[in-house]
Amino acid sequence: MSNKEKLLVVENLEVSYGSIEAVKGISFDVYKGEVVTILGANGAGKTTTLRTISGLIKSKSGSIKYKNFELTSMSAHKIVSLGISQAPEGRRVFGILTVEENLKLGAYTKKTFNPATLSWIYELFPRLKERKKQLAGTLSGGEQQMLAIGRALMSEPEMLLLDEPSLGLAPVLVKTIFETIKHIKLSGVTVLLVEQNAKAALKLADRGYVLEVGKIVFKGASKELLESPEIQEAYLGKKK
Amino acid sequence: MEIFIQQLVNGLTIGSIYALVALGYTMVYGVLKLINFAHGDLVAFSAYVGLVIMMQLAGVISSSVVIIVLVFIFTAIIISAFGVLLERLAYKPLRKAPRLSAVVSALGASLIIENGIMLIWGPRPKIFPSNIVPNINWNIGGVYIGLMQLLVLVISFVLMFVLYFFVNQTKLGAAMRASAIDQDAARLMGINVDRIIMITFIIGSALGSVGGLFIGMYYRGIYFNMGWIYGLNAFVAAIIGGIGNIPGAMLGGMLLGIFNALISGYLSSSWALALTYVLLIVIMIFRPTGILGERVAEKV
Repeated sequence: MSNKEKLLVVENLEVSYGSIEAVKGISFDVYKGEVVTILGANGAGKTTTLRTISGLIKSKSGSIKYKNFELTSMSAHKIVSLGISQAPEGRRVFGILTVEENLKLGAYTKKTFNPATLSWIYELFPRLKERKKQLAGTLSGGEQQMLAIGRALMSEPEMLLLDEPSLGLAPVLVKTIFETIKHIKLSGVTVLLVEQNAKAALKLADRGYVLEVGKIVFKGASKELLESPEIQEAYLGKKK
Repeated sequence: MEIFIQQLVNGLTIGSIYALVALGYTMVYGVLKLINFAHGDLVAFSAYVGLVIMMQLAGVISSSVVIIVLVFIFTAIIISAFGVLLERLAYKPLRKAPRLSAVVSALGASLIIENGIMLIWGPRPKIFPSNIVPNINWNIGGVYIGLMQLLVLVISFVLMFVLYFFVNQTKLGAAMRASAIDQDAARLMGINVDRIIMITFIIGSALGSVGGLFIGMYYRGIYFNMGWIYGLNAFVAAIIGGIGNIPGAMLGGMLLGIFNALISGYLSSSWALALTYVLLIVIMIFRPTGILGERVAEKV
């Protein structure tokens, strides 16, 4: 990977809510074309990290470099136009708008709307095409997740941030979603995936970081992490 | 029957004015979840500003059509600028503060504008000139409709149609709806929510300024604290229609105008305000979210 370009470099990032420190000085990087996963339990700081990259929360200190841009001082809407988009935790689709309206909003930063991107997303998620006139709030959880990912792809990002796409979904749907992420990777989009479902995430990702109460405790290639006894015990449910 | 139709025409006229003002409340509520209590006073302010511009122009231009058009345009620009200023000074610093702080700030801004009007123009009512819009009335089968009424109806309906089109058919309108639903999700789409809030204040204030000018030109007498009563009625209209819902504000305004006119026609105008609140309470009991408010359940 070292011959490839680093797309995102996070250094000593600290984020706090009032006096509570959620992220305590983490550093990680993502190379172009990779799928990198951040694993961890509830409250480990995964969502906070993604929200800070997207500019929804301001960091206390540290830096987030994307290409040559410093993101920590940039507002959220500008970060999207640089090529980073996010499918947030809890999907956050616009419930009283139709599926297609949601998708078109995803392309808000584009001067001209590209119908080819929309048809690509409908290819990735045929369910969305069937339901394009339906209000997003009436979709099932899995379909809403597809919509959230599709909507994030509409801005034609170079880097896609996914916050727990498998949360609350039936196992068969989790499989579909991860299968789609593979397709997204093959299309050349770099993916930063935050997950609690460590096994599925590591099978898909090139590398992983493990976050525990705001600190990175393990990092490495997915294979190493899958084989590491500590990870197996704490995150993959295997007894030694 | 003639009384009924006559009151219907009168009610639609007043209702259009309420609707224009109600849109300002409902749009700001939509994006900020804040009742902009200063909106009514901005409407009153617009009537005074409009009167000043009208008197200045009347000395220079002879065509009353040109004067009226210019008065509407200049007033809308000035009031929109004040709307943006209001948002910057009174609401933006409190964006992350508890809801109550912003409400108190809104009430404070309302008092400042109201008393500002009194300091500048005095506590006695001002009268709009009667010769700006010719006093023409048509008698259609016993029902009278005036030129001014026709103007109010036509201009209001055109403006509401344009607004409806803008919100539902344009990219910026979609961004406005998205920001109203979920600000953070809207930011993740690349929408500059601060800019959307500013545009909302511009549109709401401009529509309110048209309402304020109509009040001045239709009723002719304007007074410094009229923002309170017109604002309250328009606010009630927005609630009846479903606060945050744009067609709801239009519908609520019309309903309230017709209701008021029918009460005044058949009972007495002194009952109008009391019964307005009875109507509000009855609607709130049966449809707590207003007639068009929140029809769709969101699945989590």
